[in-house]
Amino acid sequence: MRRLIYFVVALIIWILLTWPFTNEGVDAQVIIAGLLASAVVAFLFHEILPKEHHVFTSPVRIFWLLVYLPVFFYYIMKANLDVVYRALHPAMPIKPGIVKIKTSLKTDSGITALANSITLTPGTLTVDLTDDGFLYVHWINVKSTDVEQATRLIAQRFEWFLKRIFE
Amino acid sequence: MTDIIGYILITVGVLFDIFGCIGLVRFPDVYNRLQASTKCVTLGTILLLVGVAFIHGWGAIAAKAIICAAFILLTSPTAAHAIAKGSYASGVKLWENSVVDKYAEEVEKKS
Repeated sequence: MRRLIYFVVALIIWILLTWPFTNEGVDAQVIIAGLLASAVVAFLFHEILPKEHHVFTSPVRIFWLLVYLPVFFYYIMKANLDVVYRALHPAMPIKPGIVKIKTSLKTDSGITALANSITLTPGTLTVDLTDDGFLYVHWINVKSTDVEQATRLIAQRFEWFLKRIFE
Repeated sequence: MTDIIGYILITVGVLFDIFGCIGLVRFPDVYNRLQASTKCVTLGTILLLVGVAFIHGWGAIAAKAIICAAFILLTSPTAAHAIAKGSYASGVKLWENSVVDKYAEEVEKKS
C-alpha cells in the first residue's frame, strides 16, 4: 500500500518534470521510463520516505492541508515584512535569543512541518529539537523566555492545523 | 493580463531577495543572518518562480517552476536548521546583546 502511494507520487512528479504532452498526444517513451524509475524509487527507498503516507489518501487531511497553505503564506508574508523592517531600520531593533518551546505533535512529519513552519514565520528559526518534544528556537525579538508563554506565541497557531493534517 | 501579474510577482520577488541580502550584511551574528536569508530569499525565489509560471501560462515551464517552488519551500528551512545547529555545535557564539540562550543548558547536558 505504502509502496503504491509513493509510486504514484513519484510518477506524478516525473510527469510534471518531463511534461510528455506534445501536440501529437502523449509521448509513450517518457511515460514508460517514468513508470520504471518510479517503481525503482518506490520499491528501494520506501523505507526512508516519510511514514505518514496516509496524508496522501485521506480527503479530510488533504482539505486541511489546502486550508493550511494560505494561512502559511499569510504568515510568510508577515515574516518577510518583519525582517525587511528590521533589516532596513537604521537602529536595527533586534533583541535575539534562543528560547525553548514544547510541542504536543508526535509524528515525525508533523514535527518536521512544525519546525519548517517556525523557521519561515515571523522572527523565529528552529535550531534543534529533542526526543521528548522540545524545540529550541532562535527568536529575533524575544518577548518571553518562559516555555509555556513562548509556546503559545510561536507554535500554537500551527499546531492546530498540523494536528489535523498529520496525526 | 497574466503577463503583468507575472512581472509584478518577479519584481516583488527580486525586491525581497535584495532586502534579504541587506539583512544578511547588516545583522550581527550567524543566527540573525540565517533569519534574514531563509525568510526573504525563500519567499523572493518562490515569487520569482510563480511569476515565471504566470508569464509562460499552463505548460511544461509552469509545471517545472511550481515543482521547484515546492521543493525550495521544503528544503530551505531544513538547510537553515542544519546550518544553525552546525554553527552552534562548532562553537559560534550568539551576539553579545542576546537576551537569553536556553540551548546552552541542553548542550551542557549532552556533553
